[in-house]
Amino acid sequence: MGYVAVKGGTEAIENAAQFLTYETIKGASAPLKVEQIEEQLYLLVERVMGEGSLYAPELAALAIKQSAGDTFEASFMLRAYRTTKPRIGYSLPQSTKGMRVIRRISAAFKDIPGGQILGPTSDYTLRLLDFELMDDTDEKRKKLMKELFDGIDSIAPIPDSLPKVIEILRKDGLLVETVKSQKPQENSQNGIFDITRQSLAFPASRSAAMQTMARAETGGLLLLAYSNMRGYGDIHPTIGELRVGFLPVRIKHPHTGEPYTVGEVKVTEAEVIAKFAGKDGIAKFTLGYGLCFGHNETKAISMAVLDRAMQTEEPKMVSENQEFVLSHIDGIESMGFCNHYKLPHYITFQSDLDRLRKAQEKSEVESQKSGVKK
Amino acid sequence: MKQHYNFAFIDEGAKREIRRKILKAVAIPGYQVPFGSRELPIARGWGTGGIQITLSIIGPDDTLKVIDQGCDGSVNAVNIKKFVSAVTFVSTTTDTKEATVIQTRHRIPEEKMTEEQILILQVPYPEALRTVEPSEMETRRMHGEADYSRMWLYLYEDIVKFKEISIGARYPVMVNGRYIMDPSPIPRWDIPKLHMAETLYLFGAGREKRIYAIPPYTKVEPLEFEDFKFRVEDFKGMTCRRCGSADTFLDEIIDDATGRRMYFCSDTGHCDKVLETGGQTL
Repeated sequence: MGYVAVKGGTEAIENAAQFLTYETIKGASAPLKVEQIEEQLYLLVERVMGEGSLYAPELAALAIKQSAGDTFEASFMLRAYRTTKPRIGYSLPQSTKGMRVIRRISAAFKDIPGGQILGPTSDYTLRLLDFELMDDTDEKRKKLMKELFDGIDSIAPIPDSLPKVIEILRKDGLLVETVKSQKPQENSQNGIFDITRQSLAFPASRSAAMQTMARAETGGLLLLAYSNMRGYGDIHPTIGELRVGFLPVRIKHPHTGEPYTVGEVKVTEAEVIAKFAGKDGIAKFTLGYGLCFGHNETKAISMAVLDRAMQTEEPKMVSENQEFVLSHIDGIESMGFCNHYKLPHYITFQSDLDRLRKAQEKSEVESQKSGVKK
Repeated sequence: MKQHYNFAFIDEGAKREIRRKILKAVAIPGYQVPFGSRELPIARGWGTGGIQITLSIIGPDDTLKVIDQGCDGSVNAVNIKKFVSAVTFVSTTTDTKEATVIQTRHRIPEEKMTEEQILILQVPYPEALRTVEPSEMETRRMHGEADYSRMWLYLYEDIVKFKEISIGARYPVMVNGRYIMDPSPIPRWDIPKLHMAETLYLFGAGREKRIYAIPPYTKVEPLEFEDFKFRVEDFKGMTCRRCGSADTFLDEIIDDATGRRMYFCSDTGHCDKVLETGGQTL
């Protein structure tokens, strides 16, 4: 008899977990070291740190290993780990002018103060499979490193601080200065909303919107931003500046009260410029801003486009609707809910069946009645 | 590398916040209190609201029961129970009477619960008005102004279309004459158990970040019209094939071999007890 729901669940789920482990270890290859993931799959690690909203490269690499490379699962593990840690303080605001830049470009001006710095990017590479990598060895790597650095006497260091491209526009009065006024939030820290401690209320303050997007799922953010870029919206963005680099994390020293640097984080920052017709009839530029953990340009640009889209005064498109955007971009939430439909729904289904049968019964009775009349 | 977690996993500051939000929810029956929902090692949508409430109120002396679809042995119930006992070491039970804290998905136990017990329900959609209005900003306004006309209209149109209110589970209720509330996807069968109950009911929606409550002895009325009354699921003439009960919510099972329909109690703990005692429990 097929009545399985009474018992047997415990054993079944334990076996399923073991089966999953078996799938990753059954092959003949050497065990993947966490260190290897951290160093060689660093873009993946950084994406997971961003979506998991915990800057912990080693833990992110561990999560990737444990989840067999599933970014949703890995980010989810980091988030869950985060729950066990108390909030011990807030870092101080940090201007990105002082970013230790490894890449910095502008699509708005050919020449920018400080120069365009391409840095590590795959933008202009041909996406041809490199079959050489099929046989990657220490010797090959050593040889490559030698070729890269031999004969280079000195490298001109990148300055500690580079001027921001949008400052030029700002100086010329071409940029709209005010964004939507900040709604004061209860329990806020220096006017900054903390989405990890409070649930979002709409309309959300810009700081809450920024935090929500910074830890959004890259694909989800891209989808909404792309819908706007493509035509369901009216933002025609120009990338004023895109930066990748390291920012110091500074806190107030608990005893002296002085700013104190406790570490640094790698971030990607995007500033997009879009045209805007002001109420006074004077056309100006407005700014959309994006910043996320790690090197993730797709995410930072998408975030900047959505930040700008959500400033639209009369939202019509989904990407302009703040509640719509912010409620649907979290990967951990959407993935969890999507998958929960695999759980048993016997009760609700039984209840629906009851209603459906009753409704059918009634309509049969009705049609018989009307048949008799005719 | 061994990792040790705090008692009940969540850090103490967060637990305290959740308990405060529970108190607020109890003070305003049926009102959805926003809270800073934390991520758990169990996925969003899999009961994280209920689990956060359980973890925040549970103490070492508690006895925990977890059910899903009325069943203690269902995979999700097992998983949640395993997690809570791993981080709290509390004892667990399948007996409704023995439990001090019961976490549930989609059912309220058949056995009458007491003032000494708390029932925690997992909630996927905390907003009963979501059916008629997708925007949270708007539904919060509607609740604030008790502007429920669209909900009533929805029920009316349902009757026009189907000659019945076609809502199966998740039947909207009016709590304390003030807030329309989503009772979570429990069957209509369980709705009367919410009214003037001895037990505290806590509702947790982790993904949607809301907590709400029905305190003991609160008026809870399903939405209905004078000429179209609320009705529970109809199991007339059907009995549980296992324990013989004729007064419980039944699961409909299709037999592999014969293709015939059979019925079994959805509340398996209760079914076991009836079998053991020969029907002397309720």
